[in-house]
Amino acid sequence: MLLVLLSLLVLLASSALAFVLRKDPARAQDAGAYGAVAASLTGLLPAGRVLLTGMPETLALPWAVPLGSLSFTLDPLAAFFLAPLFILTGLAAVYGVDYLKAYEGKKPLGLAWAAFNILTASMVVVFTAANAVLFMLGWELMAAAAFLLVLFEHEREQSRRAAYLYLAAGGAGALLLLAAFGLLGRSAASLDFALFSVPAGGGASAVFLLCLAGFGLKAGFIPLHVWVPEADPAAPGYVAAVMSGVMMKTGIYGLIRVLGFLSPWQEWWGWAMLLAGAASCVLGGLFALAQHDLRRVLAYSSIENIGIILMALGLGTVAAVNGATAMSALAFAGALLHVLNHALFKGLLFMGAGAVLRGAGTSELDALGGLGKRMPRTLPLFLLASAAACALPPLNGFTGEFLIYLAAFGGAAAPAALAGIVTALALAVAGALAAAAFTRAAGTAFLGEPRTGRAAGAQEAGPLMIFSMRALALLCLLAGLAGPLLLLPVGTAVAAAFGLAPALAAMEGAAAPLVYVSAAGLLLISLAALVFAGRALALKGKQPAAAGTWDCGYAAPTARMQYGAASFSQPLTDFFQPILRKIGQYPVITEYFPGKASFSTEAQAVFYNSFYMPAAARLRDLAYRFSWIQHGRLQIYILYIVVTLLLLLLWKL
Amino acid sequence: MNTFAELIIVFIILIDLALAVTGSLSSCIKLVALQGVVAGILPLLAMHGSPHFRAVAFAAVIIALKGAVFPWLMMRARDRSGARKDVEPLISYPASILLCLGAFIASSWLGSRLPLPETGVAWIVPASLATIFTGFLLITTRTKAITQVLGYLVIENGIYIFGLALFVEQPMMVELAILLDVFVAVFVMGIAIFHISREFDHIDTAELSELSDWRRGEDGR
Amino acid sequence: MEIVKPLVQLLAALLLAPLLPGVINRVKAFFAGRRGQPLLQLYYDLAKLLRKTPVYSRTTTWVFKAGPAIGLAALAAALLVMPFAGRPSALSFDGDFVYLIYLLGLARFCAVLAALDTGSAFEGMGASREMQFAVFSEPGFFLGLAALAAVTGQRSLGGMFGVLTGDSWRVAAPVLALLTASFFIALLAENSRVPADDPNTHLELTMIHEAMILDHSGPDLAYILYGAALKLWLFGSLIASMVLPSHSGAWARDAAMFLLVMLGVAAAVGVTESVMARLRLTKVPYMLITAFAFSALALIFQMGR
Repeated sequence: MLLVLLSLLVLLASSALAFVLRKDPARAQDAGAYGAVAASLTGLLPAGRVLLTGMPETLALPWAVPLGSLSFTLDPLAAFFLAPLFILTGLAAVYGVDYLKAYEGKKPLGLAWAAFNILTASMVVVFTAANAVLFMLGWELMAAAAFLLVLFEHEREQSRRAAYLYLAAGGAGALLLLAAFGLLGRSAASLDFALFSVPAGGGASAVFLLCLAGFGLKAGFIPLHVWVPEADPAAPGYVAAVMSGVMMKTGIYGLIRVLGFLSPWQEWWGWAMLLAGAASCVLGGLFALAQHDLRRVLAYSSIENIGIILMALGLGTVAAVNGATAMSALAFAGALLHVLNHALFKGLLFMGAGAVLRGAGTSELDALGGLGKRMPRTLPLFLLASAAACALPPLNGFTGEFLIYLAAFGGAAAPAALAGIVTALALAVAGALAAAAFTRAAGTAFLGEPRTGRAAGAQEAGPLMIFSMRALALLCLLAGLAGPLLLLPVGTAVAAAFGLAPALAAMEGAAAPLVYVSAAGLLLISLAALVFAGRALALKGKQPAAAGTWDCGYAAPTARMQYGAASFSQPLTDFFQPILRKIGQYPVITEYFPGKASFSTEAQAVFYNSFYMPAAARLRDLAYRFSWIQHGRLQIYILYIVVTLLLLLLWKL
Repeated sequence: MNTFAELIIVFIILIDLALAVTGSLSSCIKLVALQGVVAGILPLLAMHGSPHFRAVAFAAVIIALKGAVFPWLMMRARDRSGARKDVEPLISYPASILLCLGAFIASSWLGSRLPLPETGVAWIVPASLATIFTGFLLITTRTKAITQVLGYLVIENGIYIFGLALFVEQPMMVELAILLDVFVAVFVMGIAIFHISREFDHIDTAELSELSDWRRGEDGR
Repeated sequence: MEIVKPLVQLLAALLLAPLLPGVINRVKAFFAGRRGQPLLQLYYDLAKLLRKTPVYSRTTTWVFKAGPAIGLAALAAALLVMPFAGRPSALSFDGDFVYLIYLLGLARFCAVLAALDTGSAFEGMGASREMQFAVFSEPGFFLGLAALAAVTGQRSLGGMFGVLTGDSWRVAAPVLALLTASFFIALLAENSRVPADDPNTHLELTMIHEAMILDHSGPDLAYILYGAALKLWLFGSLIASMVLPSHSGAWARDAAMFLLVMLGVAAAVGVTESVMARLRLTKVPYMLITAFAFSALALIFQMGR
């Protein structure tokens, strides 16, 4: 526990140092980056120890804040979330050193590093806090630090809009969480988690709904996701990796903690989470297919994966209420394992997208192409990450989803079996949509011919960026092959979070299939090696010829004739047009030999435009009705104060 | 024998699915006829022991009516009115099939909730309710008048199968009442279709909205 | 643990898979009044292609060369999971049908990336349509396997097909019949047979799978054709194990029966290809949604009994 506090202090100190040294960008960068890496390494040790031993560690200090206390708890659940946090932030810091080189002199790097370290520190506080006031402190700090980082390119209108949207969502979420914590701790001396009590009857459901919405605004499942596709592309590459990989998971962590407080559960809670998660994963995959910016594709893919995690949590809840403990334990284990796996491969994907942005100057899919030849070291890493995102064996995306499938098919009784079928169906559809989205994104950006000059002149990523990406890729592969080894820490985390003591025994049933999956993964790799060897044998002594791509005899093929991102997804997006509501601008050609024409399609942000904007407009109109209160006259304002004081006196008497 | 009856029920549900998605008018008519014939055979299978002469005769009459007379009338109506050969659905194929599937799931759930006597064949009640829903689907999502009649016939099939769930050996009165009902309906509809096609250019019910004067010009087709 | 039998089963599958496209082509030729290619034509083609020198496009990278190899490895790994004649093969574990579906997804992923690597509009067209069909066929296939798991009460393919006997048909005939229809439609779509895709067309605008492999040559093309035969074997063995499960206890008799039914499935595919026309491209999703409806009906029937 002390080591965690030490890493916290290192982060805060390096952040302050970076801020103080902001006039000298090189020294500020050193302070920030070294501090982040040191803190990560320091923090990983206690996390690993707690996960392996299963013994929680606590620390409590008095605090002058009313209802608050500086109590930290490092139990296996927190340790399970701290592990990806430290891994990702450490590697992101290394990546960031190279990434920010292009901004030297133009942007306040010291401020950026200070904010980054504060972000990491606040997330450590969120995961280890055992008091609601401390938790909210970390929560709000996290929001503020991320807000600053999203505003990194504040000269762009999109970044400003994204930051405001993010702040609004975070603020609304915080309000809901405060209400929830208030309800939970209404009869306790301080808002310590250990002193929480479940309100009777409808109160528990009220707390659940408040937390689902409040944490959901941070986790970003549909329909509370509107800030994610704006904020993730606006933040710098390494920050987006951390935001998408870990920050969104703080919402999931909070939800799991509150579920732990709120026993006994009610079945409709599980169904609410399951249906929201199913909608998120299917719609997230669909929206990802329709985006034309690489980073927006990744943002929607994050929404999809958060949906998968939420769906698994819902399945576990439904199963637990119906007494199917084995199924429930498997579902929760799958959810947690997917948290870890998603952090790893999504971090790698965002780092790759950052490398593309750095190298080619744009992340518009239809302006890229052929980056594989210009960025040869980034190509295999991005493809590996895409394969992991599509949950393809032998990589790590598959193991978490496999556990969820095992849970879905393990049900015997009716409600749990139905929940299992809905989960499996949603996972299957989401998987197919994700595969389409990622082949489209990776293929359009990295393969084929460059569509514009910028893509043709792309630069390879810097050595530190490549190092971070390679480390994450290796972790993805290892996590995929070492599935059964990860089952132990996952199991301790599930047992700690939900108190399902028979859970560990029930999860033995999952160990055997996971061992087979890993063995099959190794067999797959050896089979591939065998096939490659056969191919080399067949090609021995032969010199393959080179020619242009077959073009059916067309005299002047250009790179613009390739299938682009919009055309690749057109059959699917046309089929789902009622949901996607693409806006298209089609040329009207009337002459026989037409000249130049242009064509564009855009998938709108459906929830934002159809729901949030009109709702916000109504709210604004309502607020304008009360604008007569503000009329600028000093005397009337003083009259307000007098009237309020009188009313308070009358009320108290 | 029970499994055979179950297969027939599955067949009826498959005909429902096919009806929801078929695109041509003649295949729609043939499918409804087939469903009527199969529904007519069903009571002979669900009965225990050897069937009575009366039941066999009645089944023969129903099969003749639903399998020969009504389709012939429908085909004549279609040819006489000169309508186009396709069905002109209002909703797309995937939506139709998913609605039909959803109707079947709803029928299964309803069937498990209704307090009905135990039958030998498990799926009679959900199949009948699903057929009734499919009939309603045909009526509400197709534009032609002929398909309205076909939808009504499908509903009759469903009610007939539902009746089997309640009385395995139906009293004569109930059987005759149902038959008369269907016959009169088809007859009346046939006359209505002929008159419609004689007074207006076609039997498209969307055009029938032009009957109201004050609507003219508001949404010209 | 037995090693000999699973190994023999694997070798048999690897050796006999290219026979299936031969049978299909012979049946199609029979319907067309022709004599047709020799039954072993695919073997001859594979041998010829392995000897040839490939031509690579200047646009492509290592992805183009690695795609067919990794795809073939994925399909061969899928063979390790698929039971043979009702007996579990080398890898049989709970949830292995999920693993099978995702292995097929890996093969598809590699094929699509290799196609996009050429920078050609034709390959892009084929790849785009391939991913579209996958979105519609995977849920139906999944639901079908879930229904099969519910019918047999097992969670692994080996367990499912080990428990399935002729008695199962007597008890759950409608469910199994619907599942057979659904899996057959999935076979037609995934293996690019009429009515989903025409394997003989050479008009680029009408090709799907053929368009994706347009630029491959030499050993890479051999890997792709062989992988397609393995995929046909995988789907065929699913249907064969379901249609005529034979559990006489003697391995040789069961294996012979299984192979006979496999050839029968191939013949059925040939007949379907000869009597049906290829569907309009926009109608293929409708066919796949119909397969999904069959699987869903089967599952509802099974859960309701």
